[in-house]
Amino acid sequence: MSLNSDADKKFQKELNSGTAALVLLGILDRADQPMYGYQVAKLMESVNTNVPMMKQGALYPVLRSLENSGLLSSQVEPSVSGPPRRYYQITDSGHLTLERWLEIWDQTKVFVDSILKGNKNV
Amino acid sequence: MFKYVADYLNELKKELKGCDPALIQDALSDAEEHLRTALEKTWEKDPEISKAEALVPIVQKYGEPREIAAAYQEIESRTTPFLSSPRRQIQPQGFAKLYGVLADPRAWGSFLYMFLSLLTGCLFGGWGFFGLFVSVSCLILIIGLPVSGIFLLSVRGIVIIEGRIIEALLGVRMPRKALFVNRELGWVDKFNSLIKDSHTWKALLYVILMFPLGLLYAAVIFLMFSFSLSFILSPLLELVFHMPLELFGWETFTPVWILPFITIAGFILLPLTLHFAKLVGRLHGRYAKYMLVRN
Repeated sequence: MSLNSDADKKFQKELNSGTAALVLLGILDRADQPMYGYQVAKLMESVNTNVPMMKQGALYPVLRSLENSGLLSSQVEPSVSGPPRRYYQITDSGHLTLERWLEIWDQTKVFVDSILKGNKNV
Repeated sequence: MFKYVADYLNELKKELKGCDPALIQDALSDAEEHLRTALEKTWEKDPEISKAEALVPIVQKYGEPREIAAAYQEIESRTTPFLSSPRRQIQPQGFAKLYGVLADPRAWGSFLYMFLSLLTGCLFGGWGFFGLFVSVSCLILIIGLPVSGIFLLSVRGIVIIEGRIIEALLGVRMPRKALFVNRELGWVDKFNSLIKDSHTWKALLYVILMFPLGLLYAAVIFLMFSFSLSFILSPLLELVFHMPLELFGWETFTPVWILPFITIAGFILLPLTLHFAKLVGRLHGRYAKYMLVRN
């Protein structure tokens, strides 16, 4: 599937802005060790469908925003070759927030599905 | 099409023109980290590919500078630094204005910053003086230049830490990452750019000035806070615990009829101390932003 019209792109962008934080928290919640931005982007790329959820560069301000909110913590470490990398990991507050967000997400999914699929007879 | 990472970063910088300098610095650091890491991974797979060729798909996935600039601006508009609460629509007046500061996290943040500046001022300022002395002394030797370079880099590291403290306590947006350095440059060129960059010298001046400023902040806030507390507690101390008022080595008991006035003075001085701390915090935040953030 490709995004043909401006309306499609706008809709995808609006969806992304609402779900990016949830997705990033989910990835870092499952990660065994802290991850840097490029690793997160590649992981998303590997599980993604034909339509990229968002540009990889747009992940970074979301990661920083989550860190500002205390849901992630980070530290900069030098790499063997190349620039220093900022490694992110989820905080205790992030775990709790993710649990609540997942509940909200489930409720939203049920609501949207019930409208789109379940109410044909209305 | 971008031939080099630096070209992309320059374009991104242009797109972010007019934004908060600290935001620009963060966006450039993020982009540099990602693009260079992606380039490394590409070369690991295909060492023959040219830099310009490799950059095309990387930039396509990362996003054009315009898209990325928009993403940063959008997130920034939704995020405000800790303690930087938006200005209230209805300004309290009189009594509420005087004592409302007791519930203002920004005033307490500034208060804490002023106390903490005793420690940071001594540490940062001490390191600035020591490093400058050692660097200048070593300049006649062959190790002078590397020592100076390491010292100046350490100063840049210190100002990042100071920026984090300022953002946390004073609520002023400061850079969250180190300045972008063109990695294509050799060591000599990097040293030259470090020396020629006015930001380096402003950072060094800031670090050195932190010593007197830190002492001044801590001394003033300590005096104001201790006076207000001792005034408030004076009836308790004098009448219950029989502890005399001690000023400059001279001890006396205050006449009982004056004690209520001293207590009232203490209750007025306490919020004034916090108002003062808030004002100093705001001014220091502006000063730090001017000195430590590249325009």
